[in-house]
Amino acid sequence: MSRTTHLSAAATAVVGALVLSACAGGGSSDTSATSVPAGNVAKVTGTISLYGYSVAKAAYAQVIPGFTSGGAGQGVQFQQSYGASGDQSRKVAAGAPADVVSFSVEPDVTRLVKAGLVAADWDAGPDKGVPFGSVVTMVVRKGNPKGIHDWDDLLGPGISVVTPNPFSSGSAKWNLLAPYAVKSDGGTNPSAGLAYLTSLITQHVHVQPGSGREATETFLQGTGDVLLSYEDEAIAAVRAGDPVSYVTPPQTFKIENPVAVVTRAKNPTAATAFVGYLFTPAAQRLFAEAGFRPVDPTVAAAYAKDFPAPQKLWTISDLGGWASVDADLFTKGTGKVAVIYDKATK
Amino acid sequence: MRTSTSARWSLRLLALAYLTALLAVPVVLILWRTFELGLGAFLASVQTPAAISALNLSLFIVAVVVPLNVVFGIVTALALVRGRFRGKGLLQAVVDLPFAVSPVVVGVSLILLWGAGGWFGALDRAGFKVIFGVPGMVLATLFVTLPFVVREVEPVLHEIGTDQEQAAATLGANGWQTFWRITLPALRWGLTYGVVLTVARALGEFGAVIMVSSGFAGVSQTLTLLVHSRYVDDQNTYGAYAAATLLMGLAVLTLLLMSVLNRTRRTT
Amino acid sequence: MTATLSAGLAGGTQRSTPDPQAAGEAPERPRAPAGRPSRGRPYATGLVTLWLSLVVLLPLAALTVTSTEHGWGGFWDALSAPSALAALRVTVLVAAVVAVLNAVMGTLLAWVLVRDDFPGKAVVNALIDLPFALPTIVASIVLLSLYGPDSPIHVQLNATRYGLVVALAFVTLPFVVRSVQPVLIEADKEVEEAAASLGAGGLTIFRRVILPTLGPAIISGTGLAFARAIGEFGSVVLIGGNIPRHTQVASQYIQQQIEIDQPVNAAAVSVALLAMAFLTLFVLRLVSARSLRREAAS
Repeated sequence: MSRTTHLSAAATAVVGALVLSACAGGGSSDTSATSVPAGNVAKVTGTISLYGYSVAKAAYAQVIPGFTSGGAGQGVQFQQSYGASGDQSRKVAAGAPADVVSFSVEPDVTRLVKAGLVAADWDAGPDKGVPFGSVVTMVVRKGNPKGIHDWDDLLGPGISVVTPNPFSSGSAKWNLLAPYAVKSDGGTNPSAGLAYLTSLITQHVHVQPGSGREATETFLQGTGDVLLSYEDEAIAAVRAGDPVSYVTPPQTFKIENPVAVVTRAKNPTAATAFVGYLFTPAAQRLFAEAGFRPVDPTVAAAYAKDFPAPQKLWTISDLGGWASVDADLFTKGTGKVAVIYDKATK
Repeated sequence: MRTSTSARWSLRLLALAYLTALLAVPVVLILWRTFELGLGAFLASVQTPAAISALNLSLFIVAVVVPLNVVFGIVTALALVRGRFRGKGLLQAVVDLPFAVSPVVVGVSLILLWGAGGWFGALDRAGFKVIFGVPGMVLATLFVTLPFVVREVEPVLHEIGTDQEQAAATLGANGWQTFWRITLPALRWGLTYGVVLTVARALGEFGAVIMVSSGFAGVSQTLTLLVHSRYVDDQNTYGAYAAATLLMGLAVLTLLLMSVLNRTRRTT
Repeated sequence: MTATLSAGLAGGTQRSTPDPQAAGEAPERPRAPAGRPSRGRPYATGLVTLWLSLVVLLPLAALTVTSTEHGWGGFWDALSAPSALAALRVTVLVAAVVAVLNAVMGTLLAWVLVRDDFPGKAVVNALIDLPFALPTIVASIVLLSLYGPDSPIHVQLNATRYGLVVALAFVTLPFVVRSVQPVLIEADKEVEEAAASLGAGGLTIFRRVILPTLGPAIISGTGLAFARAIGEFGSVVLIGGNIPRHTQVASQYIQQQIEIDQPVNAAAVSVALLAMAFLTLFVLRLVSARSLRREAAS
């Protein structure tokens, strides 16, 4: 008798698990509403899967509700994944289900163009597929105890600099391009730029967080004297009350973060509408509120006091555009920065 | 033993101090940090859509993995105990393999097998997503939990032998009847124990799962991934503590279940 | 015996000895005669092989083949890259420290739990299993709250090798305790007492009487802890800091190589990690087989 009861207990466990599976099976797709309350399921007009670079999460936390609260985006649901820009691009190229990608650097989109996942004319619009950006800044400990103001200060004795791994992170590429452009005078004297990078990387960079977000986390947990980062990430850290402040050096680099629709998007209409929305004044204001520099000139003018213009803002086109810069500096194994990194960290 | 009292005391103190610093204080601290804002804050934090979906996904994976492990675990244990075939030693070693493999290595292996560029990449290109989908997470969890049921059922099978089954067969029972009436009931405790171990490990797996997940908050995050993403991506330390406390609660529940089972198993 | 839990989670390696008597508690029962005729059996074996291949063997095969995709030279280059070597070195170093720490503290804890008596002992005994039941990422968060930047006692171990040691000591705590405990319970307390009555000091008793009995159990617990520590990921991911050549462990290096799209490097280091874990478990098997033989002989 007791044997049967025990057996039924064991059986109940298994059956219970199966029942659970049935419930959870429905649940895991139903509760995907990250921006829409679960009750609104009836209005849903589609789901957009967004693959973004880590730091952009703060922007989309503002912009996505702006999109779904009215107009074309009403009722659209979002699935969002954030991580190191290069790693996100690798995942999408390797089959991750993305409809819209929002990367830190253009080469991460180019990889998808080559893989046939993004249309070749993705950057044909007036803003070249870049709805927002930032500038490279230096985040320091509160009160700036090491007196960091300009690029040369990073090479001071014992200064430890946190910047992510340029082979997974887009942020890291911007962070290295900034002093490179400054020191090489916009690429006219590459050896001076590379000399600076060599001593920066070999003597002052000891950690390689995967993404810009992880780099911030590393810095906030106490590693390093200076964090090279996006201005928006610095603004967010200060707003969050973290014991840091930030310095934008007199000469720095303009960060342009591209967004593109993936060709095999399940819901291309919604995806295209969303990317279009990013360029509207409403979305541009939300980006600005989140600390990202808007590309719309009117909105940018309205927020000018939040985003002071440095003395000189170098851009990727000053250096000849991403295609040549990426090949010249960041190609694995042969790129000039890649070689410096290999020597320094291997 | 007449260990001097002072020696005994200092050994006891040393042992307890080690446990306190390593285990007790950190666990208590995290509980305190979770509940210092009140139970309401904790409940709110574990009832966000993302948290509920993470719990659901974790349970879903458990619910898929457990039946598979039960069925194949019993068949494997039967083959290992009763079967006589060449390569049995090898099979034994394969069952133990998952214990030796780093979770990250599991993730990498699955990517290299099922990913778009892997051996079975054609499946992926045909639209059947394994990597960056729930199947990948299930496979990762299956890999790391594979030995539990086998290793709990195996000694019981050794112990019970086959004479009862043979008696049943003599009395005219067919193979299935013998299995359902004789073999399975005898295995009940070992099996249940193996299931509990599987559940604990499946709920807690992180390294293998993070490598193969698409990482959509509220869709393809398990509870462990939620803890990680709240801590790293969202800077939501409190949320991470709350989710960790939830997981800890599930773990303690498993522990209790195991000790109860152990006691029952010994008395029956 | 709670030891089953640890043994279960720790790995069946200790118990999966093919010796049926080791597992059986009812040796008087006659062993099953070979092969009751059954229709299902060959299919069962085939099914098991297929299942194990699909879940375990094929992924590992893909891993191994990928690691040599660029030939043996490529495999060797990936392994001997200074940062890969450094990660492996840090991994082995920290795991070895943790193993030794476990051998000492685990034995001590087991001794206190068996031979000592104090109020609340049952709670302490139950606490030992917590690290096995706790998800590793939770272990990481839990330790970070005490030894991280918000530390209330101002001890910051994050991004240091001490942090790695603490994290790994946490997750491997039960191995030695749970393998030594049952042996200690079985061990004859009277021998210890006799030695004491003959005037032997505590240390002498420990060295001459206790240690030889516990030796195999300590070695097996320590070995399992080491094998677990070299592959560990979740518990070090938040507290370790991932600093190349300093606190980056092999599993983190592997993840980094996947992130920067270098699967061959990741596969090569994975294979090395696997080989180390195998070697550890293989040596353990030899040791336990030898001590079993010695036991049988005496």
